[in-house]
Amino acid sequence: MTVRRAPGGFGLFALAVLAGASLAFVAPAAPVQAAVRSFSITFLRKTYHFNKEVLPSLLETHPADLGVSGSEEATSELNTAGRFIGWHFTLNVVTVPEGGNLAATAQRLLAHGPRVIIADLEANDLLALADLPAARNALILDMRTIDDSLRQRQCRANVFHILPNQAMLTDALAQYLVWKRWSRWFIIQGPTAGDAVYAADIRRSATRYGARVVAEKTYRYNPGSRRSDTGYQQIQTQMPLATEASGDYDVIFVADETDLFGDYLPYNTYAARPVVGTQGLVASAWTPAYQEYAALQMQQRFDLFAHRGMTERDYGGWLAVRIIGNAVMRAGITSPLAMRKYLRSKDFLVAGYKGQGLTFRRWDNQLRQPVLLSTPLMTVSMSPQHGFLHPGYTTDTLGFDEPETKCHLGH
Amino acid sequence: MPSRTLTGRRAALLLPALVLCSLAAGARASELFVSNEIDDTVTVLNGETYQRIATIPTDQRPRGIFATPDHRYVLVCDGDSSNIDVIDAKTLKVVRRIGTGPDPETLAMSPSGDKVYVSNENNALVTVINFATGKWIKQIPVGIEPEGLAVSRHGRTVVVVSETTSMAHFIDTRTWKVAANILVDTRPRIAQFTRDQRYLWVSSEVGGTVSVIDPRTHRILHIINFHIPGVDREYIGPVGVRFTPDDRTAFVALGRANRVAVVDARTYEVEKYILVGQRPWQIAFSPGHKRLFVVNGLTNDLTIIDVSSEEAVKSVPVGRLPWGIAVIP
Repeated sequence: MTVRRAPGGFGLFALAVLAGASLAFVAPAAPVQAAVRSFSITFLRKTYHFNKEVLPSLLETHPADLGVSGSEEATSELNTAGRFIGWHFTLNVVTVPEGGNLAATAQRLLAHGPRVIIADLEANDLLALADLPAARNALILDMRTIDDSLRQRQCRANVFHILPNQAMLTDALAQYLVWKRWSRWFIIQGPTAGDAVYAADIRRSATRYGARVVAEKTYRYNPGSRRSDTGYQQIQTQMPLATEASGDYDVIFVADETDLFGDYLPYNTYAARPVVGTQGLVASAWTPAYQEYAALQMQQRFDLFAHRGMTERDYGGWLAVRIIGNAVMRAGITSPLAMRKYLRSKDFLVAGYKGQGLTFRRWDNQLRQPVLLSTPLMTVSMSPQHGFLHPGYTTDTLGFDEPETKCHLGH
Repeated sequence: MPSRTLTGRRAALLLPALVLCSLAAGARASELFVSNEIDDTVTVLNGETYQRIATIPTDQRPRGIFATPDHRYVLVCDGDSSNIDVIDAKTLKVVRRIGTGPDPETLAMSPSGDKVYVSNENNALVTVINFATGKWIKQIPVGIEPEGLAVSRHGRTVVVVSETTSMAHFIDTRTWKVAANILVDTRPRIAQFTRDQRYLWVSSEVGGTVSVIDPRTHRILHIINFHIPGVDREYIGPVGVRFTPDDRTAFVALGRANRVAVVDARTYEVEKYILVGQRPWQIAFSPGHKRLFVVNGLTNDLTIIDVSSEEAVKSVPVGRLPWGIAVIP
């Protein structure tokens, strides 16, 4: 286990200076600065096995600070605000090594430390953490997973989800495709369990929005062209075969969550059709290219801090800390249980560079949000698309709405 | 090139007969200067006929725009070029550039016009600049993504709002210290003093509200909410705020709700929503306060509202992604 602290010294120093200044110069009627209160956040992550060689593109990177840099940047932002109103935040980064005992580490943290935890964990570990008896009254902000199951039958009252789940992603793409009238879809699905869930979500989205799945295939062969000089030549013959269908289709909708083959599809398909899904046109909460709604400022700030582009996981980590900051500084709440209640209330709202306030769904603790549709270099669109309506929140047209949820935290 | 028309117009004014004509008609018309964020231009319109007089090229990403108190110049913040373009209001040419530090979003001036206040969006700073010399007087750390600035009538206080810290910071101009910080609703954009200086209104774009603040006690007195039938709450994003000369009525641009709200500034009741172009951002009055100009970011136009009837009467095209407006009487 390694522990790292976000830089926070400057914030305290600045607070002392500014608090002194404000006492000296403020009008008599102004409220006097209170003493500095501090709040500690735990960032819990685990190292997972990762084989860089399987990634088809040499340009795909896997920085070691993925996710955590978003939380660290947000912590320094909170301290900028905090120094004006007497709050100081620290982020304790705890890393469980590959194969390490997450439960033991979590037990120790929950026994001693603050019970507000940002979890950079995969689904199984997230559930292991959430189900610890000591975590019963904790607040866990899941800044990593997109699994439907965690928002359905496997939902937990102490877990709040930041990133859009799989069904939200396919709905976001589906709305755009229907708006484009590209409504005949060819699903090509990878071999993992996640791919199967994503493919099922594509079918669900087709039903919801009146599109048609006209063909489906599962792709199992792992081409591995990245390691072969002649890779593309094989791909050039394999992909047309994989995408040949008896009838016509408007788009290839690919379900390949682990990036095994999806990036081979564009320009290699049998018919001259665009590729959408987990590759091609991709739905996500954030990309390093997104700049609308003042996101440009966020991108520039993150680049100054981490010296690289801001990924979706960094955004998840950033937003998790900002959510806690709102509860503490705006509502004055520091207990994890009270925070959980606040996040589910009408008083809560967080800004995430999407042009509107983001709130949690009461039935499954999922953050409702507009979803980006992007290529690696450009934002193509943002869903919900114009014309898709909802009696409550337009963003509830994405993913599992209250009437269809299998999670009943709302009651 | 639209800017070519400038030469013709100015040349025409040199002709004595036409000068007489225009004087007889009641002096020169006012002019509207609109900054176009992605065109890198300022569009100049005749304030009566709304005809385009000139398109002035600026440096990159012009947003905040401000007329000097003597009406001789119009200042534009060029966010991606880290400077202010100084436009001569007579010749309609950029006559000077003033360095501001990184990413200036918007600006305001002291009542006498001797100082320029700039919000440096990326650096969480307000830069104070001597307008005559261009020298920096002070840089004041504030919250993250500072934007709208308001200067009190006698120049004692400068208020800046920070979008990501969600605060209004009160800067004392005698000491250049931040004297008070008020947490407001999420993503504040604009601060505006009532003309009698008794209240400060701060619009919060993502929070969807306007906070009415007592600038002496630094307390929030009231929070104004907006409810528009048929428009989802998340689309209501208040930005530009302006008061009628009697401080009785406020106009508030509501961003993606595509409307300007008319608010009774005493009871805080919303009296009316006026449909305008898409994503109205900044607003400004005509010199006689008979009309209100609304800059619509997504439809690239200006909506003109008749103030007495509270109706939108006309819309006029400007450049792409128009952001702010300054009026030279």
